[in-house]
Amino acid sequence: MSATLTPPAGRRVAFAPNWPMRIALLLLAAYTIWACTRLGLTWDRVLHGLGEGGKLLARMVPPNFERWSLLLEGLLESLQIAVLASAIGILLSLPLGLLAARNLSPWFIAGPVRAVIAVCRSLHYVIVAILFVKAIGFGALAGTAALVVASIGFIAKLFAEAIEEISMKQVEAIRATGASAMKVIAYAVLPQVASRFIGFCLYQLDSNLRNSTLVGIVGAGGIGGTLFAAFKRFDYDFVAAILLAIIALIFLAEIISGRVRAALR
Amino acid sequence: MSATMTATAPAAGLASALEIRGLVKEYVAGKPVLRGVDLAVPAEGITAIIGPSGTGKSTLIRCINRLVEPTRGSIKLHGEELTGLSGRGLRLARRRIGMVFQEYNLVERLSVMENVLSGRLGYVPLWRAWLRKYPQADIDRAFMLLDAVGLPEHATRRADALSGGQRQRVGIARALMQRPDILLADEPTSSLDPRTAVEVLELLTRLTAAEGVPVIINIHNVDLAKRYARRIVGMSGGSVIFDGPPEELETHHLRAIYGGEDWM
Repeated sequence: MSATLTPPAGRRVAFAPNWPMRIALLLLAAYTIWACTRLGLTWDRVLHGLGEGGKLLARMVPPNFERWSLLLEGLLESLQIAVLASAIGILLSLPLGLLAARNLSPWFIAGPVRAVIAVCRSLHYVIVAILFVKAIGFGALAGTAALVVASIGFIAKLFAEAIEEISMKQVEAIRATGASAMKVIAYAVLPQVASRFIGFCLYQLDSNLRNSTLVGIVGAGGIGGTLFAAFKRFDYDFVAAILLAIIALIFLAEIISGRVRAALR
Repeated sequence: MSATMTATAPAAGLASALEIRGLVKEYVAGKPVLRGVDLAVPAEGITAIIGPSGTGKSTLIRCINRLVEPTRGSIKLHGEELTGLSGRGLRLARRRIGMVFQEYNLVERLSVMENVLSGRLGYVPLWRAWLRKYPQADIDRAFMLLDAVGLPEHATRRADALSGGQRQRVGIARALMQRPDILLADEPTSSLDPRTAVEVLELLTRLTAAEGVPVIINIHNVDLAKRYARRIVGMSGGSVIFDGPPEELETHHLRAIYGGEDWM
């Protein structure tokens, strides 16, 4: 079976031309141009907008930190909403995620639990916050409840997906020792997903912190309420101070959670 | 493969640890992987199961600790029927059956010590398991086994930091940690290089003999099987077609087990 390699006769193409992709890109470009004209996004409009933006910026500088106690109070309330909502959300997500994992729990349990999680995800947290404000009244409780729901929608879903990707060989080995379900979870399931789970939790804490600054706008507590009031009174220098404070808080949270994540690896 | 095999009766004089009668397993109804296996495993020594891939060796071993659910037949461990068990009864039976896997199946992100101690999960209460508060006797035995498998310095390392041979040694320690009545080994050396494979088999033989634990081992390597086993079970097409001591396993048996002879 001696094989001789002969050079190809004609010119052969290594990659087939991808016509569907080319056409799709062309259509996308055409639609973008059309949409711009429909919405009146002309260059003049952009220039006008920039001018207005400049005026707003001018009124924001210098930021006014005179009412710092009000600012701090709102910020602390936001922080509390975020931490509390994350803690409760994580605690509830653990069992829900385990029950929703289709490789560990039977379909008649996994199905309904997945539906509950899907409902938590389907509504935007601001809408949920409005619902809670209407249901249980103004204040931090409504904001916390809304963010708990958002946290479950995110963490429980990702947690369940992480569990569905674990190696069942390790689970099988622990089962073979005669371990009960709870022991299998402790020894074969959680070790495989713990670092990812903590990653999800940190990410959710970050995003709860961001979100907790917004729920105040609909009356659900936190710095958002203060911000909204400042906007309405055209106190743009105070608005700038609040925005800077929020940015600083988020940056701080990013740095801390980044450190924690790195330490866990 | 029409030749009927002549084989001696399983090691006479020893009481059986495990008795399998008429074991059938069908993953798909009407297509049996195991076609009525009868097997008595003596109370000591290594029993090696050889046979081509896909002939049900793994299924047979996994039916014993019920990682695979048998379709029909009976499996008795020291007289206790295993096939009907469920829930707590099954867990109590499983803790008496150690298992060593082809790909070690250690929990990668746990320490070596946690992996070894996990062999006690069938014995300790839940709170001890969760809090890692094992009785001192278990901890002492875990260290003793780690010494015995040659990994005394590795207790605190994570399992995923070990080499294949080291992992399988931990696997053996975990299985023996159960103080099993029988040890199942499913291709324990197939993922190892030839030298490590021999070392691991040597270790398995020595430790199980010292603890008086009988072993059933699935193994591809016929030479290793003949070297370490006291008894060879040859399977083909879901049935046992040879059962006897290694000295009696001859070329015509191997031809019947694996088919053809180009490979020999």
